[in-house]
Formats: sequence, structure tokens, C-alpha cells
Amino acid sequence: MDAVLLARVQFAVTVGFHFIFPPTTLGFALVILILETLHRRGKGEIYKQVSTLLIKLLGLVFVLGTATGIVMEFAFGNNWAEYSRMVGDIFGAPLAAEAIFAFFLESVFLGVLLFGRNRVSGRVYWWSAFFVFFGSHLSGLWIIIANSWMQTPAGFELVGGKAVLTDFWAAVANPSTFNRYTHTILGSWITGSLLAAAIGAWYLLKKKWSDHGRLLLRISLLVFIASSLLQLVSGHGSAVQVAKTQPEKMASFEALWRTQEGAPMSLIGWPDEKEKKTRFEIRVPKLLSLLIHGDFNARVPGLDAFPDDEKPPLLLTYFSYHIMIVLGFLFIALSLLGIFFLMKRKLHEIKWYLWLLIVTTPLAYVALETGWIAAEVGRQPWVVYKVMRTVDAVSRVVPAGQILVTLIVFGLLYALLFWIFVRVFAKIVRKGPELPAADGY
Amino acid sequence: MEWLQVTWFALIVLLLCGYSILDGFDLGVGVLTPYLARNKEEKARLFSAVGPFWDGNEVWLLAGGGALFAAFPPVYATVFSGFYLALMLVLFALIFRAVSLEFWSHSENHGKVWSHAFTFGSLVPAILFGVTLGNILQGVPLDAHSDFAGNFFTLLRPFPLALGLYGLSVFVLHGAVYAGMKTDGAVRGRAGKIVTPLALLSLTLLIVMVVLAAGVLPFAVSRISVWLWLAGTAGLIVLAMVWGRQGRMGKAFLATSISFVTSWLAAAVVQFPILLRSDDGIRHLTIQNASSGALTLKVMLVIALAGIPVVVGYTIYVYRVFARGPEK
Repeated sequence: MDAVLLARVQFAVTVGFHFIFPPTTLGFALVILILETLHRRGKGEIYKQVSTLLIKLLGLVFVLGTATGIVMEFAFGNNWAEYSRMVGDIFGAPLAAEAIFAFFLESVFLGVLLFGRNRVSGRVYWWSAFFVFFGSHLSGLWIIIANSWMQTPAGFELVGGKAVLTDFWAAVANPSTFNRYTHTILGSWITGSLLAAAIGAWYLLKKKWSDHGRLLLRISLLVFIASSLLQLVSGHGSAVQVAKTQPEKMASFEALWRTQEGAPMSLIGWPDEKEKKTRFEIRVPKLLSLLIHGDFNARVPGLDAFPDDEKPPLLLTYFSYHIMIVLGFLFIALSLLGIFFLMKRKLHEIKWYLWLLIVTTPLAYVALETGWIAAEVGRQPWVVYKVMRTVDAVSRVVPAGQILVTLIVFGLLYALLFWIFVRVFAKIVRKGPELPAADGY
Repeated sequence: MEWLQVTWFALIVLLLCGYSILDGFDLGVGVLTPYLARNKEEKARLFSAVGPFWDGNEVWLLAGGGALFAAFPPVYATVFSGFYLALMLVLFALIFRAVSLEFWSHSENHGKVWSHAFTFGSLVPAILFGVTLGNILQGVPLDAHSDFAGNFFTLLRPFPLALGLYGLSVFVLHGAVYAGMKTDGAVRGRAGKIVTPLALLSLTLLIVMVVLAAGVLPFAVSRISVWLWLAGTAGLIVLAMVWGRQGRMGKAFLATSISFVTSWLAAAVVQFPILLRSDDGIRHLTIQNASSGALTLKVMLVIALAGIPVVVGYTIYVYRVFARGPEK
């Protein structure tokens, strides 16, 4: 078997599994901060009880995020030694900064949130919630900076085959950092708040802890609505930026075969790479040109504008991008319904809507994963866009067999962890919010 | 440039000291769990002594890994790809360790599986960190591309294994002292009882390790400072034993903590300015030939100087919060 492919699969599996947890953390941290703020402002004990429940769940999610995150930090050296040698001068710094500035903050104060409710003052407790929120979001920023640099590298020069930093701020604020950060954060808020709203909805449906359920549902749903609507703006910004900085990625997202003026937008279809056309395609004429350039007749480069060895795999890129977009619009529809029911003041009575929130929750994770697949597979065949190819990035000394064996172990281990995670998560939810936070185990 | 590289060598040593002291005690507690805590109430006590902290402690490893990646990328690349299977074992163990306490606290009637996972997940890294360091010190075969040219069994030579066992014994000693300091009742009693044998074991393994080191690193024998730091380490372990016997666990903990600093200094003095020794005596990765550029080192230095004191500050604050007696 091919070591490069195995290393890529291993990275995809481990980071794909990891990517379930930090976005949940970000969404929960925001809802918790809102609840704690309202509690500080004199709202009743119920705010505290709901927050305590979410903090318990956050503790569980965070542990899984940490356990799977350590793997990622080692992975660049383990499987991608050539990559590490070539770009370590730039890529290592954000990872170290993430640990020093952000992850310490998040994990140390999460200890206070989990075990310190009765040990610190209300003010200190609020600040701990804030530091967990701030630390987790700053942590995400450094990771997105590192990842965005792979998409749109800046602030460096090549010296003797190695990327050497010339301008730190240019590397940090590279052309895609801002768009990709807001896009990822909003996606995380959508996911975390939808999961929290689903828990509230479930309490209402089970007629257990209904007051807690209603509060959790209302606050989480407001976050979900705001994030889903904002995501429309941010998603558009991201797409425009991709079209400008990585045009072959955009051409693959849309399966746009020919360079043309007045390019259409592909709503759905089946790209056929042999025939170089998209079967069963439904498209909106000129929409792609309009969205990217604000001009119906603007020219958009198609797949024919790029050499074959500089284009990403088409099917995976096309479908992951389209699934993400469809789901994004589903969340907007869900939000509009939510606004309607909130204004009618009968949100908690509409059973089918509550069920809909619950069954939609896994789709938020699908949207996260497909968005990430679109971004990263769409970057291929480059590991660093136009600087280094993925095939050149892999460790030279690690035999394919060892990657395969560790891949299998990761697969089994992560399946086991996921199964237990879901069970423990469900158990905490079923136990409900009544119990005060236990100090210790 | 030279001062930046030296500074980063020192900072990496500092991060490793921080990691050893902080994650060291929870690794030790993990290994000792089956001995220290015999039923679920005792386990609950013991785990609540590490529960609020281990997350933060583990971040020192991430910070150290990130700093090595940023400051000396070729070393990070060679070590992590070369010691592949060993470090994968560490990863699998760390994953188990990370989830075990959380799963244990939520499992039906606190089953044994997850407390055993905590022990196993602590034992493997506690040994393999020392084995890894031993290989870095003794030197490994490197090819012209400065990639690792040995195999898994290259890593299992006598000196690295001895260092792995020494590391295990001091982590466990450190954990016993911590448990003695932070628990009470039967757990504290057992922790107190085991301090002396563990200290004696650590001293024995220290001597074995030094004898083997003298064989493989003959040039180090003539460096007086190495002997000073090693003597300091031995002295601190003796002090920990004496204070442990008197039940003054806080002081004993301070002694074992500082013993990590002195042993890291001994290793640093042997190694400087080499980061990864090559067994041919030529292809070493050093702070000169394996560092990032001056700008990266400068930026990282600013990040470290701005960040680490703040981290240490709030870490101490949080430890004090949980050190205060009963809850309000």
C-alpha cells in the first residue's frame, strides 16, 4: 500500500474525529457564558443549574477534544516529517502559541468551572467561564491561522528548499485567515447551540425538567438562529475569497468545466470526469459570476484553465461542498421557523419542531465535516498551496505497514471512544440538571 | 542568532521541567492507583486530588512539543518520525489516560476498567519518556538526510531502558509524595509507607543509569557540572525520603520537584549544544544546524516571555483555590 495515501487517511480519520469535539466546546462555551452572565445579573438559580449541566457535558467533550488533539500535534512529526522540516519555521509557531496563550487558559479554568463552583466567588466563577470561552476561541484562532497558511501562504520566502518566515503578521493575517476563522467559529456555534437546544427540546418532550428545558432551548436557539443567519454572510465571504485565492478549488466546488463569462451556479448534479460534463445538473445561469464578482457577465476560470496535476479530486470536493451548502440552508430554514414560533410565544408546544431540532443535530456535524473536507481536499494536490505537494510532505522513514497498523488501532480506539462518549453524554443528559455540581469524583 | 538558539535550548528545557513536575505527579498517581486506593471511595478521593489539574498539566507537553516544532523543526521531524512506534504507543496510552478519569466518574458503580486504563495510560508514557530521552542522549543512527536510520529495537538499548526505569521510579515517587500531601486516611497512610522504598529504588536506578551512561557517553564523565547536578538529584531524593518519613509531604514534594530540574540540567549539560546526537559522531542535530530562522525564534521568544509567566501565575492561583481546605 501507498504510504502517502495511508498517511493521508490516518490524518483524515484522526483530525476528522477530533473535529467533532472542539466545535462543540466553542458552542457550549458561548451558551455557558451567556447563562453565567444572566445569572450574575440576578437571574434565578435555574440559570445556574442549566449552566452547571452544560459545564458537566463540556467537561466530557473537552476531555475527548484534548485526548484526540494531542495526536494532531504529534502527527506532523510522525507522518509528515518532510512537511515539518520544510515549513516548521512558520507552522510550528502558531501551534506553540496556541498552547501557551490559549489552551492553558482554557484547561486550567475549565478545572475551576468543573470543580470550583463552591470554592470561588461568583465573580471569579464568571471570569472562569469567560476565560474558558476566550481561551477556546483563541485556541481555534491559532489553529485556523496555521491551517489557513497552508491554503494561502504568506509572509515567507523559500531559502534552500525551506520556507523561512519574513513577516510574522503577514503569515498570521494571511488572505484566508479572517474568512476561514469566522466561518469555522459560526459553524461551531451552530453545532454547539443546536446540540444544546436539542437537549432542551428533549426535556420538554419528555416533560421532565420542563423549566430548565425551556430556558436551555430558548437561549441556545437564539444563538443558533443568529449564527445560522450570519453564516450566510460569512459563507459567502469565504466562497468569494476561495474564488480569488484558489480558483481551481472554486472550479472544483462548482464542477465548472469551461472558463466562461456569465458562469452558472451548479445546484446539484453528478460530475462525470471522463466526459467532462455534469450529468443531471440543475444550474442557475450566471449566478456564480454574480456571487463572486457582483457582475452577471464576469469571467470565471473553469477546470480547463488549470493543469491536470494541479487540480483537486473532483467528486469529493464537489459533493462535500454541496452537502455543506444544502445543510447551511436547512439551518436557515430551521432558524426562520424558530423565529416564527418564538414570536408566537409557543415554541415549546410545537412537538414536531422540537423533534426536528433533535434529529437535525447530527447534520450539523455532517456540515462541519463536509465543509472541512471541501476545504482540505480542495487544497490538493498541495499540502501548502503552490509551495509543497502532499506527496513530498510525508515522512521518508515510516514504512507503510506501520502507518496501516497504527491507522487500524486509531480506528478501533476511536470507535470505542465514540461509543462510550455517546453513552456517557446521554447518561449525563438523562440524569438532568437538578443535582448541584459535585466537587470531585 | 547564537543567543536566540541558546535561549531556545534553555526554554525547551524549562518546558520539559514544567511538564515533568506537573504531569509527573499525576503520572505517578496513575501508576500507583491500584496500590494506593483499594475501593471506589478511596479512588474517588485520590482522583479528586488530580482531577482539576491534569488537563492543565498535559498542556505542558503540548507546549513543549509545539515549541520544539517551532524552534527546532528538524529535531521534531526526525524524532517523531524515527521513534514512530514508541511514540504511537505513548499517544495511545495518553488517549486512554485522558478519557479514563472522566469515564470512570460516570461509569456504572465505578467499574475497574477505567481506573486500570488510567494506570496503564500513565505507566506507558512514564517509562517511554525516559527511553526516548535516553536515545536522544546516547545518540541514534542518522542518515545523510538526518532521518533516523535504526529500527524499533535500536531504541531498546541498555542505557535508554535504564533511564526509562529511572524516570518511572521518580515519577512514581513524586506521585506518592503528592498523594501523601493531598489525601488523608488510608490513602495517605499507604502513600507514606511507600516513599522510602521508592526513594531507595530511584537512587539505585540512578546509579545504574549513571554507570551505563559513563560507558556510552565517556566524554561526559570529565564534566564536573554533570556530576554536581547528579549529586544534587541524589541529595534531593534522599531529602524527599527523609521528609517523607517524617510525614512532611509538602517539603518532600518540593524536593522531588526540584530533583526533576537538577536531572534535566544534568542532561542539558551533557547534551549542549547538541539536540539529537548521531551515533557516528558527525551528523548531530544541534542548536546551530537545526534551528528555525532568527525571526521565528524572536517571535516565539516574545510569545514565550509574554505567555509563560501569565500561565505560571494563574496555574499557581488555581492550585491555591483547590488547596484551601473545605468548600465554602
